[in-house]
Amino acid sequence: MTMTTLRPPAALPPTGRTGIRHRAEKLWTASPLTWVGLVFGVILSLFPFYWMIVIASRTSDAANSWPPPFLPGGKLGENIQRVLDNGDANIVKGLMNSFLVSGTITVATVFFGSLAGFAFAKLKFRGKNALLLIILASMMIPIQLGVLPLYILMAKLEWLNTMPSVTVPFLIGGFGIFMMRQYAEQAVPNELIEAARVDGCSTWRVYWHVVVPALRPAAAVLGLLTFMEQWNQFFWPFVVLADPANPTVQISLRSLNTAYFADNSQIFAGTLIATLPLFIVFVLFGRQIIGGIMEGAVKS
Amino acid sequence: MSSLKTTAPPAAPPRGSRPAPRHSSQRGRLLNRLDLRLTPYVFVLPFFVLFAIFGVYPIIYTFWIAMTDRSPLNATISFVGVDNFVELFTNDPQFWNAVVNTFGMFLMSTVPQLIIALLLANALNRRIRGQMFFRLAIAMPIITSTAVVALIFSMIYAREFGLVNWLLDLVGLGPIDWRANRFASWFAISTMVDWRWVGYNALIYLAAMQSISKDMYEAAALDGASRRRQFWSITIPQLRPTIIFTLIISTIGGLQLFTEPLMFTSGSGALSGGSEGQFQTITMYLLDVMNQRFRWGYAGAVALVLFVLIASVSLLNYLLARRISSDK
Repeated sequence: MTMTTLRPPAALPPTGRTGIRHRAEKLWTASPLTWVGLVFGVILSLFPFYWMIVIASRTSDAANSWPPPFLPGGKLGENIQRVLDNGDANIVKGLMNSFLVSGTITVATVFFGSLAGFAFAKLKFRGKNALLLIILASMMIPIQLGVLPLYILMAKLEWLNTMPSVTVPFLIGGFGIFMMRQYAEQAVPNELIEAARVDGCSTWRVYWHVVVPALRPAAAVLGLLTFMEQWNQFFWPFVVLADPANPTVQISLRSLNTAYFADNSQIFAGTLIATLPLFIVFVLFGRQIIGGIMEGAVKS
Repeated sequence: MSSLKTTAPPAAPPRGSRPAPRHSSQRGRLLNRLDLRLTPYVFVLPFFVLFAIFGVYPIIYTFWIAMTDRSPLNATISFVGVDNFVELFTNDPQFWNAVVNTFGMFLMSTVPQLIIALLLANALNRRIRGQMFFRLAIAMPIITSTAVVALIFSMIYAREFGLVNWLLDLVGLGPIDWRANRFASWFAISTMVDWRWVGYNALIYLAAMQSISKDMYEAAALDGASRRRQFWSITIPQLRPTIIFTLIISTIGGLQLFTEPLMFTSGSGALSGGSEGQFQTITMYLLDVMNQRFRWGYAGAVALVLFVLIASVSLLNYLLARRISSDK
């Protein structure tokens, strides 16, 4: 490649508007085509959300009309009330269950993930690399592989149709440990750990007083990502929560869809309710979530 | 978690190095040694306990169960050896139909998904106003669950009053029955997958692009390389590890495809994936065998074959991606 033979651009004047510098800046300006592509991408990305509101705020008849409606109507409250009252979907119960399950898993993941991440990043112990490899491998195994014995196990534990079946197996996963390990490696200075040790701190106290404060930003991002992931779980709850009386919110949506008469404005009001908590999370912490996704990508 | 409160001492993290070890007694030193030796294992233990019970044990059990005719309908369990696998490979067209569907939709969704994500990331990597707005807007679909995506798109692709058919009508084309036709249903389901994941992958690519040294581009531009040339000669080769990463993630996810095709049909017979199984995936078939036909032993064999497929395609992806980008 010819470009490697050029003189290193570091020799360019760092400031000032020489011709070369100007050209280098121009290199990163967006062309009209770039703008068109981006705007188009944003429209495609956001339209289904808009449409969710349109249909959720229409009467069932208007939802099924030709041409399809493109503006919101005035029935949003009514449709939401109908979903909340729907005896097959039990969406209120589903929302409470989902909060409970996702919240528990989030707290556990952050706690166990930071403990194990700290151990893998900063403590010395035999078999560390082998254990780390097992964790990595565990992340590649799809839940389908063991779904049947896992189901039988849940039946034996009498956890079918109860929340422990969708909570306990997921309290800590490989992803949380890896993320905390990566962050702990650079965020916790070794000198600080040494100093605490010299002062007589046990490993637990080092964790609690030195590591936890340093890990706080990563813990927040891990918590957000975990909560979102768990809130949206479908496959495993579908297997073990067959009884519609005690669903998670995603299973409530499934019940709405299996109803004999598919009432679209009601279904869309349901999707709106099921998405709202994560929408609020995204509005409040969108930057952190995006930062977390991007940071994880660079390191992995 | 109550132990947290009881063991947390009030002391603040010591900053200076005061050489005053508190464990001066022999017992203290022993405790200290134990702490250094054992505590790391205690810290990583929770994962391994859960993984042993809910990960390793079910997998081993799957190997065993796949060699039996176990069923909740049978009083006894007999060992049948490899009979389940023989049947699966020689006498089960429905399974192979599911394999074809899964791979078809996997290819149809993954290839455009990663290409569009690359292009979007390349656009986001320019100097543009409202950088954060664009990133947020493009990432927003990840807040939706696969169930929500499937429900919204089911209506977009509805036969009677669907949005897509309305658009087709506008440009003078006839309506398409998106569920009846195999190819059409694959297309519809693939767009659901892509809508949710393109932005996520774009952010991952963007992060990787931002870590490429800008000097390389400036040098290439001075040398007269067009933007397209820069994209192919700098961006793509530099992104190789990231592309492999996203390929593997998409493979693991794509071959497990379940919720979107399941919810694409309303009603309770949804596990069969359309009237002729035109969009039944392997995971749907697995649950069909397990919960509708109650052939648990056979379901174990299906699960194992699914896993082998995922593992081999991931490996193939990895090798291919390495090969392709090292040729450049």
